[in-house]
Amino acid sequence: MIDSVKRITIVTGHYGSGKTNFAVNLAVDLCREGKQVVLVDLDIVNPYFRSADFKPQLTEMGIEMICPIYANTNLDIPALGADIYSVFNENDGRYIIFDVGGDDAGAAALGRYAHLIQQEEFDMLYVVNRYRYLTRHPQEALEILREIEATSRVPVTGIVNNSNLGSQTTAQDIENAIGYGLDVAALAGVPVRTVTARRDLASQMTSHPVYPVDIYVLPPWEK
Amino acid sequence: MNNLAERVLMKGNEALAEAAIKSGCRHFFGYPITPQTEVAAYMAKRMPKIGGTYLQAESEIAAINMVLGAASAGVRVMTSSSSPGISLKTEGISYIAGSDLPCLIINVQRGGPGLGGIQPSQADYWQATRATGHGDFHILVFAPATIQEMVDLVYTAYDKADEYRMPAMILADGMLGQMMEPVEFPEKEAERKIEKPWATTGHQNKRVHNITNSLYLDPNELEQKVVERFKRYEIIKEKEPMAEEYLVEDADIVLVSFGATARIVKSAVNSARAMGIKAGMIRPITLWPFPEKAMQKAAKTASCFLSVEMSMGQMVDDVRLAVNGEKPVYFFGRTGGIIPSPAEVLGEIQKIMGGAK
Repeated sequence: MIDSVKRITIVTGHYGSGKTNFAVNLAVDLCREGKQVVLVDLDIVNPYFRSADFKPQLTEMGIEMICPIYANTNLDIPALGADIYSVFNENDGRYIIFDVGGDDAGAAALGRYAHLIQQEEFDMLYVVNRYRYLTRHPQEALEILREIEATSRVPVTGIVNNSNLGSQTTAQDIENAIGYGLDVAALAGVPVRTVTARRDLASQMTSHPVYPVDIYVLPPWEK
Repeated sequence: MNNLAERVLMKGNEALAEAAIKSGCRHFFGYPITPQTEVAAYMAKRMPKIGGTYLQAESEIAAINMVLGAASAGVRVMTSSSSPGISLKTEGISYIAGSDLPCLIINVQRGGPGLGGIQPSQADYWQATRATGHGDFHILVFAPATIQEMVDLVYTAYDKADEYRMPAMILADGMLGQMMEPVEFPEKEAERKIEKPWATTGHQNKRVHNITNSLYLDPNELEQKVVERFKRYEIIKEKEPMAEEYLVEDADIVLVSFGATARIVKSAVNSARAMGIKAGMIRPITLWPFPEKAMQKAAKTASCFLSVEMSMGQMVDDVRLAVNGEKPVYFFGRTGGIIPSPAEVLGEIQKIMGGAK
């Protein structure tokens, strides 16, 4: 996954598909490779479980973060700052990851940058989880993908198969969902860019290459 | 939870909505508020596909009165909100209770008072168990701790609300509403049909008019109605309390906690046990009726109680009433949207048990 990351990566998907966790993993791994990374929290839909929650630890690692101006403050206003425009410079050298809000509602925030994004090579990744209730069938996942594309005016370039059942996920669950990811990709006419697996499960996955991820988004009793 | 193929990953709010649909709810009236908006969003998506009614009312007050109307017609109906919105609904809830009508109300609590915050809280315990409106009445209050239990308790809440002809509430919090866990939806086996001969479904000249009403200008009649209702409450208090007991039998210190907080407490209890402190936990699943007997039984063997809540201390009142002075009852809480950490709870256990040993 990491070897083929483009300068701009946009992470979209259904609510709760694991966008934030995937975006944070990508940012951390790129940073560990010595890349300069900017993580842009573009989620102005849901104030819970967002990239901005990890700002202190990510900033300490050297990852630059751009968050909605009033994220996690007393002001409940979904405002995006002008500093986001600073990332659209091909010669900038920094790697940019956008963590977008869920569904087409969340993707609406992306629309105002659509023309800037498409000035250079980019990846718009659509995160899917076969075990999420309303995207269990590839056709349902495709519907949401198309809604996101229509609202954001940015085409999806690849699928991230992030199928999991939270802390109860087994390697078998991930295996069982590989075909689903391929089906979504075939319907959408784009490749599966990667299949994720929690780091401790990744070693058990022999039949298929996976991208090992750490779980950052956790309830308090699992921290 | 043994059929893996059936399990799906859901947010608490989505699971509440789907469980209501599976329980036969086809009418939802609400008004958006964080952190429960996904309940309404989910209903808005699903209801039109299954021939149900989703209506975003002009206010919480309108929504609860629509619930009153639908409940009068005998259908399974639901509304959902978060703390400030529930305050607005209390007038209607009192009317529904006063009309002896079943319905389901969801409260995904956030910090208060006032507009408060949008992070998890349990500071509506008093409101839910004491005063969901004016007048002499109670509603059934269920407090799930996992997403699966949210699903299971929605089924139970509908059945019990129908059985006792009264409103039921699921008292959740922002953490449970927003977090995701695998769940399974039990297919309801031949639904125990509860007849509703009182429903205002049209008499078609075949019976007398059914009237649902909470207005009784004759005080004798009103007193009689309320007293009858309280007789029913006595049966409920006898038959319906639910609680989970965890390592209580040999516990020196029994922690009492409900909802998401109970999961933090369980983790603290395990750490305390690992340190040689005999800790246990009682988790009330019904907040009204409160599981008094579980407390009274534990009071015989434990040396003290510690109520842990996301509030300044509300359920602790019920623990004290149940324990009735037999053993000391301590309290630890965080409020305003702050979730206590397992380490903080363990610290409280050590503080109390350090002194008691």
